[in-house]
Amino acid sequence: MSEPILQLTGVETDIAQYHILQGVDLAVPAGQVTMLLGRNGVGKTTTLKTIMGHWRARAGAIRFAGEDITALPTPARARAGIGFVPEDMGIFTDLTVEENMILAAASGPLEPARLEAVFAAFPPLRTFWKSEAGNLSGGQKQMLSIARVMAEERRLYLIDEPTKGLAPAIVSTMARALRELKAAGASILLVEQNFAVARALGDSAAVMDDGRIVWTGAMAELAADAALQERLMGLSMETAR
Amino acid sequence: MLNTLLSGDRPRSLVLTALLLGVLISLAFAPFLFPGVRSLETAATICIFILLVASYDLLLGYTGIVSFAHTMFFGLGAYGVALASTHVGRGWGALALGTLAGALAAAVLALVIGLFSLRVRAIFFAMITLAVASAVAVLVSQLYQLTGGEDGLTYRIPRELTPAFRLGEVFGVRITGKILNYYLIFFCCLALFLLLLRVVNSPFGRVLQAVRENDFRAEAIGYRVVYYRITATCLSAAVAALAGSLYAIWLRYVGPDTTLSFEIMLDILLMVVIGGMGTMYGAVLGAVIFVLAQNYLQNLMGVAADAATGLPLLPELLDPNRWLLWLGVLFILSVYYFPAGIVGRLRAGR
Amino acid sequence: MSVAPDHTPRMERLRPAERLGQAAPYLLVPVLVLLGWLAIGSPSSWLTLTVSGLAMGMMIFVMASGLTLVFGLMDVINFGHGAFISLGAFLGISVLLALPGWTAADSLALNLTAVLLAIAVAMVLTGLVGWGFERVIVRPVYGAHLKQILVTVGGLIVIEQLIHVIWGPDEIFLTRPEALKGAVTFAGAALEKYRILAVGFGLVIFVAMRLVLRRTKIGLIVRAGVQNGEMVETLGYRLRLVFIGVFIAGSALAGLGGVMWALYQEVITAGMGERMMILVFIVVIIGGLGSVEGAFIGALLVGLLQNYVAFLEPKLALVSNIGLMTAILMWRPQGMMPVVKAK
Repeated sequence: MSEPILQLTGVETDIAQYHILQGVDLAVPAGQVTMLLGRNGVGKTTTLKTIMGHWRARAGAIRFAGEDITALPTPARARAGIGFVPEDMGIFTDLTVEENMILAAASGPLEPARLEAVFAAFPPLRTFWKSEAGNLSGGQKQMLSIARVMAEERRLYLIDEPTKGLAPAIVSTMARALRELKAAGASILLVEQNFAVARALGDSAAVMDDGRIVWTGAMAELAADAALQERLMGLSMETAR
Repeated sequence: MLNTLLSGDRPRSLVLTALLLGVLISLAFAPFLFPGVRSLETAATICIFILLVASYDLLLGYTGIVSFAHTMFFGLGAYGVALASTHVGRGWGALALGTLAGALAAAVLALVIGLFSLRVRAIFFAMITLAVASAVAVLVSQLYQLTGGEDGLTYRIPRELTPAFRLGEVFGVRITGKILNYYLIFFCCLALFLLLLRVVNSPFGRVLQAVRENDFRAEAIGYRVVYYRITATCLSAAVAALAGSLYAIWLRYVGPDTTLSFEIMLDILLMVVIGGMGTMYGAVLGAVIFVLAQNYLQNLMGVAADAATGLPLLPELLDPNRWLLWLGVLFILSVYYFPAGIVGRLRAGR
Repeated sequence: MSVAPDHTPRMERLRPAERLGQAAPYLLVPVLVLLGWLAIGSPSSWLTLTVSGLAMGMMIFVMASGLTLVFGLMDVINFGHGAFISLGAFLGISVLLALPGWTAADSLALNLTAVLLAIAVAMVLTGLVGWGFERVIVRPVYGAHLKQILVTVGGLIVIEQLIHVIWGPDEIFLTRPEALKGAVTFAGAALEKYRILAVGFGLVIFVAMRLVLRRTKIGLIVRAGVQNGEMVETLGYRLRLVFIGVFIAGSALAGLGGVMWALYQEVITAGMGERMMILVFIVVIIGGLGSVEGAFIGALLVGLLQNYVAFLEPKLALVSNIGLMTAILMWRPQGMMPVVKAK
């Protein structure tokens, strides 16, 4: 088996005086979708933010594509090829949709082919191309946040709850876009509370509890075992929304 | 008894205790220890500035708010006494009226500024106070029919407080009204200083410090942060005004340069930072060191500048008029390297 | 972070009241000009005052623009900004005083060359000093407002005093280059040439700045950074470098404002920047911290009001600006066009 694109070893992160991550070990294989699951507040978002460098790991190591990136600042991690969609989407609301997209293509101008793919996945973005992103609806903002990460080639995608709080129709739009991303061979680490989406997309899964990874395995295995789900996450996928 | 007077906030350092005692004894017996007009002037200035700086420390050190209007409040107190003495006539009633009116006006103005700026962002406060204070300074110099403009006002205070009033001799020192005046100032400043010490060590003061450390958290625990900040601002302004009134009683003169200027504002900032923010006792050391330096260090610089004649640039840098340059450098270095000032150093090195 | 419930697009559906709310700050300037016309009565005086108000506003805008961006981008409040105004004035005027042949010559070309040279020298040098200021004074106190204010005030004192050391303790008087002296008469009103030039120059700066902010990638990065710096870094941009660039540009613009103000007043003192900062702060507050457009409108309002009131009731000129600030903060406590922080 080849080396994973991303490898976390014993990562610990503090936020103020709180010890949030208490030794996270996680491997994200290349070309697969890895689901990061777990109850609320167990450290999933903090894990993504630590990978991105928003929080600094107090201990442990983060290796990305064979390089140790533990000490790198956020922009350097981004330029190394990590794309991040934060939970709050991080839309620049004073800028237009177009300007958001131009900024998202950090290494050069937007490629027309990519733009067409974005428009095909999210038609409203074409409609509101010249409008201020702040005036978009919640679902459209979420589309823009995914579109931004699609604006150029990334070697790894970190996506935090892309379907949170969205209407069912938009959830399926979002799921389709992610499926296409996966089909194109992307490596994705995805935090997702919607089990239907998680089951459909995930190749493997890692479950967190209390700042640690407590279970890893194939997504199919987790999806098939209601008792395991109950034990790991306090609820089973069958009973969830 | 002593512990009660200090509200349980002991100096917590032997050297600091010794220094504070030294200052207290020197000021308490200044007319006898250091006879002479100039040293009595210096002692009174020190008393008033200790109070003024301590009231500023309540805001800067304990509440974490930067204000550039402290001299404005100081000036309000001073002009209150001056205007009352001018219009009501010489007398104790005029002094009381002016003092009260000044303190009240300061508190109300602080309330208004606080409502406008602290409600939104604490950082607005620094900018808005700077703007308002300079507008008031300009206004005072323009409304010369009322305020005497740049010339300021001279007025008469009760005869018992002037050099013309004679009481006799004690330890070979002739007791005049001027000395009574000094003791009026000394005891008022001492009492108000102890009051401020009481305030910062009260539950109210503890909340202020919690707000300073983490306003978000204080708000989450359920304290109305704005309310505490505004109350501290008003209190600080009122005490500054009282210090101004005492200054006006001592000088028998007020003018923009002695009470309202931005230079004095900078002096206060330097004193509180060098002495030690958030310690109250820092105000004592800061004011003593600064006032002494202001009176005597400039002479020293003059000597040094003369000695450096002929060298390039050095005479200009050492010119006594450039002493603010060195204080500015000292100020920056203190903020970086001694954020707790002299008092913090002494306590840490215990 | 909650997401707004999804519904049909709100786009293009702003109610008239909302549109008016968005446009209101832009309308304030013509409204104030109109009120000035009504209050002053004499059209020629009104025109003279309006031009000088606009000139003053433009110069204040030039000084304020850098400050508001620096704050928006890194949450740094620089009380030492005024020092760059003074420094720029002294540097620029030194250049002009060193070229008496060019400024006194009866040649528009030579005069303007001298002024442009003075501006270039002032901007380059204040920019460099700004760079040093950021490294030495500001960088160690990121994220701590209280220390920022104290330390930058310290920096202001030191630079002012150094100006005294270099240029002496006294104010320096100057006269404008020949071509910029005098006035032109238009519709019965005497309009000083220099003021007209200052209005034009300020407009050019504003338009150029807007173009940079709207049409260039670096401008987009700055605008996005003002809103959400962390996300800008997440996209791969080094915000620190951008910030240093903006700090240098802001210092250079303060220096430019200093030269313009010096030519306007025909006298310079080390404390001029400190005094200008009062108006600059008022402008930045009423405009909304971080907003260049807000600062522009705020500056014009302050300049116009100051001139109108100075004509009607001289003693109230500065107080009127405090009144303006109060009124605007009552209307919009965050200023007219605050930048929405999306964090």
